[in-house]
Amino acid sequence: MSEPTQTGAQREELVLNMGPHHPSTHGVLRFVVHTDGEIMRKAVPEVGYLHRGLEKLAESQTYAGYMPFTDRINYLEAMFTEQAYAMAVEALLATEIPPRAEFLRVIACELNRIANHHITLGCITMDLGAYTPFVYLLRERESINDLIEALCGNRITHNYLRIGGVAYDVDNIWLGQLESYLDHFEPIINEFEALIVGNEILIKRMQDIAVISRRDAVAWGLTGPNLRASGQDWDVRRDIPYGAYPQFEFDVPVGPLGRGQAGDCYQRFLVRVEEMRQSCRILRQCLAKLPEGDIKAKVPKMIKAPKGESYASVEGARGEMGCYLVSDGGKNPYRVKWRTGSFSAMSIIEHTSPGLMIADLVALVATLDVIAPECDR
Amino acid sequence: MTPIIEKSPDGGYAIGSVDKLLNLARKHSLWYLLFGTACCAIELMQTGGPRTDADRFGMMFRSTPRQADVLLLAGTITYKMASRIRLLYDQMPEPKYVIAMGSCASTGGLFQKSYSVVKGGDLFLPVDVYIPGCPPRPESLVEGLMLIQHKIEKEPWLKKAWGKLPEKIDPRLPRES
Amino acid sequence: MKPAEIQAYLQQKLDKQIEWHEGEKNTGDPWAIVEPDLWVDACQLARHDTELAFDFLRNLTGTDRPDDGKIEVVAHLWSYVRRHAFVLKTTVEREAPKLSSLATIWPAAVWYEREIFDLLGVEFSGHPDLRRIMMPDDWVGHPLRKDYTEQADYRGIPTSRPGYVTAMPEKVDE
Repeated sequence: MSEPTQTGAQREELVLNMGPHHPSTHGVLRFVVHTDGEIMRKAVPEVGYLHRGLEKLAESQTYAGYMPFTDRINYLEAMFTEQAYAMAVEALLATEIPPRAEFLRVIACELNRIANHHITLGCITMDLGAYTPFVYLLRERESINDLIEALCGNRITHNYLRIGGVAYDVDNIWLGQLESYLDHFEPIINEFEALIVGNEILIKRMQDIAVISRRDAVAWGLTGPNLRASGQDWDVRRDIPYGAYPQFEFDVPVGPLGRGQAGDCYQRFLVRVEEMRQSCRILRQCLAKLPEGDIKAKVPKMIKAPKGESYASVEGARGEMGCYLVSDGGKNPYRVKWRTGSFSAMSIIEHTSPGLMIADLVALVATLDVIAPECDR
Repeated sequence: MTPIIEKSPDGGYAIGSVDKLLNLARKHSLWYLLFGTACCAIELMQTGGPRTDADRFGMMFRSTPRQADVLLLAGTITYKMASRIRLLYDQMPEPKYVIAMGSCASTGGLFQKSYSVVKGGDLFLPVDVYIPGCPPRPESLVEGLMLIQHKIEKEPWLKKAWGKLPEKIDPRLPRES
Repeated sequence: MKPAEIQAYLQQKLDKQIEWHEGEKNTGDPWAIVEPDLWVDACQLARHDTELAFDFLRNLTGTDRPDDGKIEVVAHLWSYVRRHAFVLKTTVEREAPKLSSLATIWPAAVWYEREIFDLLGVEFSGHPDLRRIMMPDDWVGHPLRKDYTEQADYRGIPTSRPGYVTAMPEKVDE
C-alpha cells in the first residue's frame, strides 16, 4: 500500500476530484480519482449531472410530439436518435417508409456523423494540448451547419425526422451545395491527417495507452468506433441493415490501423478519421442514386401504436443508439428507454484506469468519446 | 459625459470621467467561464470559433472561476449540478455577471415536466441577461453579450465602489453612440 | 435461431415453463418471461451455452406496471457469434422488489442495475456497488415509478416556477 520514499516518508493514497466542471471533461462528468502520486489506483466516474428525465418525459408526450425531445439526448448527432425513435414506432405500426425518405434519412445521418467526428477529433486534440485542429474543425463544422440549416431550419437539435418519413424535401440547389461541400471536404481530411495525425507528440500520448482488449470491449458492452478499434468487426449498418444502407458500398474501419495495437487510444482516434472518409463515400452514392417520390408515409394524425414493444438500433457516431419502446395502446408511449454508447463507455473507465497516469485518463475519456447527455439522458 | 479627444502636436489627450474610461476598458475585456452543460455549450463553442469570433470583442474563455467575469449558464441545469454552479458563482470575484443562455437556463426550457431540472437559473442565481433560443444562434449570443457590455458601460463604478449603491440600470436604455 | 426456437431451447434446458408473449398485432419484438428465481440461471445459460452464446448484453432496464403490481426487468441480448437476438424478462413485486445481480455474467450489467435501482427501486443482491447513479444521493423516491410525486423543493431551490401556464386558454380575445 505505501512504500517509503527516498526521504523515508510514507506514501498514502490521495483522493482527488475531477469535475463536474473541468476543462478536460466532455460536459459535466466527474471522476473521483484515487491516486498514488501521478499513477492512479482507480478512477471512479460519477454521472447524473445532466439527467433531465427524458425517459419519463416520453410518458407525458404524444408519439409525434416526443420527436424534439429525442434530439436533446445526443445533440451533436441528433439525427441518429430521431431515427432510432422513428424506427421503433414504425416497427410497432408496421409502416412502409418511401424510398426517397430513407435516402434523405441516410443523407442527414451521415452528415451528422461527419459533424460529430469534427467535434470529437477536435476535442481529443484540444484535451491533449493542440488547440489548432479544434478550431480548424469548428470552421469545417460551420459548413455542415449551414447545409443542415437550409435542410430543416436549425443548426443543431433539428427535429427533421417524422414518424413515417422526413419533414422537408430537398431541391437540386441543396443537392448541388452538398456536392460542392463534399468536393471541398474530402481534401480537408487529407489536410487534417497531414496536420496532426502523424504528429509525434500525439502518438506518444496515445499509442499503447489504455488498451481495451476485444473480450473486455464485448463484455462491458462497448459499441461503435470504440468496439471497432478494439478489433471486433461489427457495424449495425452493415450487419443488421436498416433503411437504405443495403444499397450502399462502404468499408468499415477496424483496428489496428497504422501504428499501435488494437484497442489503444490511437486506434480509437484513427478509426474515426477513416469513418469520416467512408461517410463521404456514402454521401456521394446517395447523391447519385436519390430516387423521386414521397417523403413521408401516410400515418394517422393521432398515432396510437398497438400494444407491444420494439427495440430499434442504429449505428450512431458514438456507438449503437437503441430505443426500447413499450406501448399500451394509448396515445402516449408507456415506456421509452435509450441505450446509448456513452453509458457503456463510462462504465468501462473504472475497469481500465488502474495503472494509468492522470494525463492518460484525459486521453482515455476523450478517445472513448463520452458526452454527458448521452450518458445521463 | 463622453470622452473629449484632443490632438496636439506631440500626440494627444482624452478627457473623460474615470467611470467612463474604466467601463470602456472593462466592457472590452470580458472573460467568460468555460462552462457549458448541454446543447447551448456547442453553440457557445461555435461562437468562439472562426466564423462568429467572440475574441474580437475581447472575450476569451477561462477555465477557473477566479479569473472569470461572466458566468454563461449554457445548457440545462439539474438539481445535482445546481449546488456546484452556486459554488462556481461564489468563487468568482466581483464584479461578476450571469447570463442565462437558452431557454433551459432561463426558465427550464422544454423540460418543464421533468423531475430533475431546475426551472431556470434565476431560482438560485441573480441573472443579468436572458437570451432566448433553443439553442440561440451565435448572433443571438453576441447580442446578449453586447447587452452586458451596455449594462457595464452604464455602471457608476466609483459610486458603487465607494459605497453609494446605484439605481437599477435598465440595459434597454437608449444606447449612447 | 429465431426467437421462438430460442425460447423452446431455453425451456428444454431449464426444464421449467417459460411464458411467451407477442405484440398485439404481431408487430414489434416477442419476449419471454422467467420466474425471478430462475433469472440468474437463465442468463447464465444464455451467456455460456454454445448454441446461444449471447455475449453482448445490449440493454437491461425496468418498466413499472402498477396495474399488475409488478416491476418488469428486461434484458435485450445479442450474440456476435450466432447473430441472433432475444428479449428476456422477469417480474418482481412492486412493494419490495429484489432480484439477483447479473454482474458476474456480463460486467456491462453493473451500471444498468444501478440505474434500475436509482429510478425504480429494485434492489440487486450480489451487486458490487449499489448506489444512486442519476439522482443526487439525498433524493427521496424513485422517479420512474408511475405514482412518483415531486417534492416541493430540493435544498432550498423550488421545484416549480411561478407563472407556468398549464393549459392553453379556450378562446383568445381579439
